[in-house]
Amino acid sequence: MAEAVFVVSAVIILVGAVGVVASRNPVHAALFLVQTLVGVAVLFVLNDAHFLAAVQVVVYAGAIVILFLFVIMLLGVDKAEELRIEPIFGQRPLAAVVGAALVAVLGTVVITGADVLTGLRRAGGDRALDGDATDIERMGRVLFSEFAFAVEITAALLTVAVVGAVILTRRTSRSDGSTSAETTVRET
Amino acid sequence: MSGTLVLAADPMLAGDIGLVEVVLTLAKVVVAFAFLLVAVMLMIWFERKLLGGMHQRFGPTIAGPFGILQTLADGTKLFFKEDLVPDRSDRFVFKLAPYLSLIPAFLAFAIVPLGGDFNNAGQVEWWGRTTYLQVADPPIGILLFLAMSSVAVYGVMLAGWSSGSKYPLLGSVRASAQMVSYEAALGLAVASIVLVTGGLSTHDMVVAQAAEGYFGIIPRWNVIVTGLVPFIVFMIAGTAELNRPPFDLVEAEQELVGGFHTEYSSIRFALFFLAEFMNTITMSAIIVTLFFGGPAGPVLVSEVGGVGIAWAWGVVWFFLKLFVLLFCFVWMRATLPRFRYDQLMDLGWKALIPVALGWFLFLTALDVGREQGWSEAAVTVVSLLVFAGAALLLVRAVRSGRGIRDSEAARADEQSDPVEDRA
Repeated sequence: MAEAVFVVSAVIILVGAVGVVASRNPVHAALFLVQTLVGVAVLFVLNDAHFLAAVQVVVYAGAIVILFLFVIMLLGVDKAEELRIEPIFGQRPLAAVVGAALVAVLGTVVITGADVLTGLRRAGGDRALDGDATDIERMGRVLFSEFAFAVEITAALLTVAVVGAVILTRRTSRSDGSTSAETTVRET
Repeated sequence: MSGTLVLAADPMLAGDIGLVEVVLTLAKVVVAFAFLLVAVMLMIWFERKLLGGMHQRFGPTIAGPFGILQTLADGTKLFFKEDLVPDRSDRFVFKLAPYLSLIPAFLAFAIVPLGGDFNNAGQVEWWGRTTYLQVADPPIGILLFLAMSSVAVYGVMLAGWSSGSKYPLLGSVRASAQMVSYEAALGLAVASIVLVTGGLSTHDMVVAQAAEGYFGIIPRWNVIVTGLVPFIVFMIAGTAELNRPPFDLVEAEQELVGGFHTEYSSIRFALFFLAEFMNTITMSAIIVTLFFGGPAGPVLVSEVGGVGIAWAWGVVWFFLKLFVLLFCFVWMRATLPRFRYDQLMDLGWKALIPVALGWFLFLTALDVGREQGWSEAAVTVVSLLVFAGAALLLVRAVRSGRGIRDSEAARADEQSDPVEDRA
């Protein structure tokens, strides 16, 4: 049962991943991305990480890709891409090298087991999810005890990012009638 | 990878899964789906009839007694109409979009407890198997509903985009912005319920609400336990999430022709229509589950002719509550005029989200106070003072922000002489 679910969702994930890269229309690429994300959510369920699966769908599929689609639709770039021009010089050969390196690393991990590279056999160690508590309960406990500072700092970082984005996009006019964005451009 | 798949807390699925379990589960799915389809049919008729009554006209009268078969007639008509796919559309996505609207509406319904005797933990015994009267009770419970409502955005968004036409695109951008905005308020209202229940499972929520109430007569429903505010927030955000009036500017006919489904015809349009009403029923069912105790209620007659019918009372109470909520949705539609787009966004971001968040923190403070043995009155007074202070700050911030914006706009109008400025 578990193996069958794994194989089916792996196929879904891989087809989606190839589709993201291969499709010429950005909206189609975003839809393939959703397919991959939902497939990963199924894998989370398979590993008893129900909460992660739900968050995967709510946050990634429900918010982030929707945001991508918004940008694609509002900027009107939903046309097939011109692929012959290389935006950055040397981008393609470099991508090939990095891709080959990634395949080599993943291949090593799969063939020899994870501990060769990281020394870790399973992520989480003694916090692995085999007790009675649900994953959401354990995650909450860990996040608000051991990693409380990390959580708070992340929250502060996100707030800073939001405030920064608002300040950057807000057009406040100066006394000379120009907007702050224009002034910055002139000064630099 | 763990060898077992934990899909539900349903006791029937805890042990070995044989033929009986599979058949029972399939039967539940079929019954729930059939119920939803029939309910949609009746709901469309009910809404039109009730709107007619409230507008002082008749509503449907021709097909069947009281026009009750009107939906069937409309459905048949739509089915036999020509199915058009616009020339400039993205054909595959255009055909996919209606299903992306419809399927989440049904999936979210799967977590609603439909019946059962909740004086006895809501369990029923059929063919020697103990089970719940709900299609699924997944560990993520109510999060499934939130996930489905965020997936439902795709149906609307892609329908508008793939039509390859201006008005549908504008309508779909509006719709998805609205749905994404109100999801946050919806989630915060749900968080209050999760807090008082102590778990995500919808079944547990109903069990908690079925407990002994106050003074022997007032039920322990979450609408009372959480102090009404989350319910109001959820009701408003839910209406906006459904794109129903007064938040139906997605398909504002005067501005956008028909909104995201302008280019749809025949059976594909019928699917959108079906999804819309299915979503209304699902949302009402979720509200009943979260705030009004779902199928929990007294058992008046526990046996008829030696057959236990205690579980059936749950179904009766559930339908009564569902009916009242559906009536309220139609009532709101008949009463309230449509919002403007900026009013909609203001209400969502500047009123509902802060109120829901503040109330959630208040409930948390009460909970912590109870655990630490603090005086409940003191906690309440201090929290409400903090709440009021924060509200005051927020109102001032919004007002001064608006003031600055207005004065800037006025100054810009005064000074900007476009030709001179460019030079």
